[in-house]
Amino acid sequence: MTERRIRVLVAKPGLDGHDRGAKVIARALRDAGMEVIYTGLRQTPEQIATAAVQEDVDVVALSLLSGAHNHLFPKVVQLLKEKGMDDVLVVGGGVIPDSDIPFLKENGVSEIFTPGTPTSTVIEFIKNNVKKAVS
Amino acid sequence: MELTERARLGDQRAIARLISLAENEEPEAGEALKLMYPHTGKAHLVGITGPPGSGKSTLVDKLAKELRKRQKTVGILAVDPTSPFTGGAILGDRVRMSDLNLDPGVYIRSMGTRGRLGGLAKATHFAAKILDACGFDYIFIETVGVGQSEVDIVKTADTTIVVTVPGLGDDIQAIKAGILEIGDIFVVNKADRDGANRVVIELEMMLELNPQKSQWDFPILMTVAPQNKGIAETVDRILKHYDYLLASGDLFRRRRDRIRTEIVDLVTQQLLARIVQKLEGEERFETELDRVFNKENDPYTLVQTILEETLR
Repeated sequence: MTERRIRVLVAKPGLDGHDRGAKVIARALRDAGMEVIYTGLRQTPEQIATAAVQEDVDVVALSLLSGAHNHLFPKVVQLLKEKGMDDVLVVGGGVIPDSDIPFLKENGVSEIFTPGTPTSTVIEFIKNNVKKAVS
Repeated sequence: MELTERARLGDQRAIARLISLAENEEPEAGEALKLMYPHTGKAHLVGITGPPGSGKSTLVDKLAKELRKRQKTVGILAVDPTSPFTGGAILGDRVRMSDLNLDPGVYIRSMGTRGRLGGLAKATHFAAKILDACGFDYIFIETVGVGQSEVDIVKTADTTIVVTVPGLGDDIQAIKAGILEIGDIFVVNKADRDGANRVVIELEMMLELNPQKSQWDFPILMTVAPQNKGIAETVDRILKHYDYLLASGDLFRRRRDRIRTEIVDLVTQQLLARIVQKLEGEERFETELDRVFNKENDPYTLVQTILEETLR
């Protein structure tokens, strides 16, 4: 019996071209024993939701530095729900003002990690909050 | 089972769930595969293998787009290595395939090797069966970046494409045993680089030395995948190879051999798992270990005794 692994889609919605943060997170999650599906830059919410479905991920981790998070993050959440992925954990990261965080949480993003968050915090959060039965 | 029915109707979420069940070796996966098996055998399974960075993912992306132009549906299984130290993996093949994403006639799945060393994951074979039963016309299986001896792909694919690039080494590389023996089609990708012609010549020489005469002509194609050069020709050859396999009877021989291998592999694995499980649970095993350690018995006699007892 192999161990059930946590599968995470690390995605960058929108138009900014900076994926260093996303790569750092991807690497940290890999080192924590997770399978990280990395999709690259400039993904539309539709592309992200479709990839999440095809890859049957447990977690969608969104990284965004362009300022469009209030639009794009809820859109991803909505599309995931429409595609029947209501058990997937959605987290976000990037340059996101504190004042926007309550809005994002109301719209289905479980946690927001701002610059300076230790990767261990992200890993712990994911391990503690993955919604599907992961043993 | 409802999940298999939904998958066969093309529900990508159901297909994805089934593949996860197989990857995680859940008992439901075995039941699902039993239901799917009668519907397999219609797809053309195409393996893509070659060294890391040779452009396998980009090539798969372009080949899939070409097949879509020809109104065919495509499933893609892309395998990347799992860390032997942490069990984690970065599966990055989708980066090269992002605009295939929204095409409903394409399904892409990334898989970590999860401890397998032959270039594929243990569940890749099952995933291919699932996609086959779900009606995809073509299934591309992209192996991890391989060195010289990861040849599991031939146990799954009908047609194997070996991708190489200029600049990897001299002509002795081409006559070594291993992946070059498994290609039905050879692709020299990044053929706009210096040395591409030389690689083609070396491959031709290697193939001429092949003592096994075959009606198949083992084509060597030059491609520059990002510019779509050589892609339509490669697809033509993939289709032609399938015609050859059908006409020569090789398809049936290969597939029958594959079933044999699969059954033997599964029996071996399950027997192994059972024996190991039984041993680990037995206190007597520890006592026997001590006896071997103290030279009162030897490992080989003990192995014989264990096998005789288990298989009785």
